Amino acid sequence: MPEMPKHTIFPISDSALTIDFGNTIEESINLKVLSLFHAITANPLAGMIEAVPAYSSLTVYYDLFFLKKQVLPGQTVYDWVAAQLLQRLNTDEEKKDVSTGLVTIPVCYEKEFGPDIEFLARKKNISVDELISIHTSRQYRIYMLGFLPGFTYMGEVDDKIATARKHQPVTVAAGSVGIAGKQTGIYPLASPGGWQIIGRTPVKLFNAEKESPVLLKAGDRIQFTSISKNEFENY
Amino acid sequence: MNLRIIKAGILDTVQDMGRYGWQHVGINPGGAMDKLSAQFANILVGNELDEAVIELHFPASAFFFEQPSLIAMSGANFSATLNGEEIPSLRPILVSKYSILQFHRVEKGARAYLAVHGGLDLPEWLGSRSTHLKAGAGGYMGRALQKDDEIRFRKPADLCMLLGKKEFEVLPWKTDSNWGDSNNAKEILVLPGNEWTRLTDHSKEIFFDRAFLISNQSDRMGYRLRSEPLSTISHDEVISSAVSFGTIQLLPNGQLIVLMADHQTTGGYPRVAHVISAHHSRVAQMKPGDLFIFRFTDQQTAEDLLIKQKQHLLQLQNACKFKLEELLNAGN
Repeated sequence: MPEMPKHTIFPISDSALTIDFGNTIEESINLKVLSLFHAITANPLAGMIEAVPAYSSLTVYYDLFFLKKQVLPGQTVYDWVAAQLLQRLNTDEEKKDVSTGLVTIPVCYEKEFGPDIEFLARKKNISVDELISIHTSRQYRIYMLGFLPGFTYMGEVDDKIATARKHQPVTVAAGSVGIAGKQTGIYPLASPGGWQIIGRTPVKLFNAEKESPVLLKAGDRIQFTSISKNEFENY
Repeated sequence: MNLRIIKAGILDTVQDMGRYGWQHVGINPGGAMDKLSAQFANILVGNELDEAVIELHFPASAFFFEQPSLIAMSGANFSATLNGEEIPSLRPILVSKYSILQFHRVEKGARAYLAVHGGLDLPEWLGSRSTHLKAGAGGYMGRALQKDDEIRFRKPADLCMLLGKKEFEVLPWKTDSNWGDSNNAKEILVLPGNEWTRLTDHSKEIFFDRAFLISNQSDRMGYRLRSEPLSTISHDEVISSAVSFGTIQLLPNGQLIVLMADHQTTGGYPRVAHVISAHHSRVAQMKPGDLFIFRFTDQQTAEDLLIKQKQHLLQLQNACKFKLEELLNAGN
């Protein structure tokens, strides 16, 4: 029997539970989360409404009323679902391949699209050009989506451009690319936000009209490329 | 057209039981804030429990019915009138053609629900008719209702015969308004959150001994509470993970926030506790300025209370369906 990964399970409501593999941002742990996510999405647990992967955890929302009929008197539905989940965690079928598609995202780093880029470059003691070249110099992994429809949490950026969040959220335009800590991310919709905004992509990451309204998914790799204002406008 | 908005309210949206299966890409379930009340309204007019209804905040919209309709109000009481005459909440009401429904003041609660027999003829977005305001999708064109919006009924019934010459008629069946609200509506049962143990002993005492005030910064996304600030013994980071309707998070300023229907899908603040599902409706009917207290319960009790609530809804639905069928058959 394969060794069960270190984990904790806890309720986050009377109808949802979370399994966490270490409360940390690590690629190997996130791969485990995504693999379990894909396995139980393809072959759902009884009574499961949906599953939501995050950095190091997977949350399962379930239909309490439906499941109550399955459990023995005195047993909680929570205990029942937790046991089902652990059983699945322990079986070999969970070794699902996780998507690692590479997506290129063009970004215009001009000041009018990246209102915080000059501030950040000054703070980090580098030029704006250096900042752009560092941000575009590596591929980032999408660990999870959350916060807004289609918002991607990616990592990790070079320490040379890592930065704290703003104290107060400001209005951020759709397509804005930001940095918070060692994470980088893209706002698919206009929203209040606290990340330092360094540029904007013309790519539409969220489109309600589409059957699958969100373009990117957890596990994808992102390569940012720098484009001019002209290219942005004619994209 | 069947239903026209003749005056816009402050935030009236189409909502159903929510949109599930998309939280993994950041699309939150949304749906009615007070799902229990929304289901009561549907039951009274013979709809399925998950039919879309209109969620009203005060000041609420005024509606013009362009054809005879069967409607019910539930949730908050906003002192409704039909053509100037007061009408009750939690009763099915036959409404004649060219009637005007208006709301005058807040008697009780924070959100009222309007259900119409046959449901609202609006397209589903990702399997739900709930309005997702941020995404600008779902419900009525992805936004709050405005003056001159018009909505058709999805399955209109011929109700002309039943009314005769009356302007409206309150039908004899009702739902129990006190259900789920009987003991102490100001007491909210919670389960401990994963970071509960991080609170200092003093903060734990505050959580249980003091009343919490719902602040003005409270909306469909969440309620910010006000109390003596709480603090934690450890400041270890909580890595972002999924959250839920009813999750109570501790903000960096020491105040609590209760996540409501339009909450973000994920969050990274310490989770102090979770409001049990059976009490979501109570919280949803509280408004800024209201005070309430928290009490711990256990998983078994939380599950039992929700099951009881659902069983009650199903029994009520059967009874109302039977009465409505009798009425419609008598009319034909």
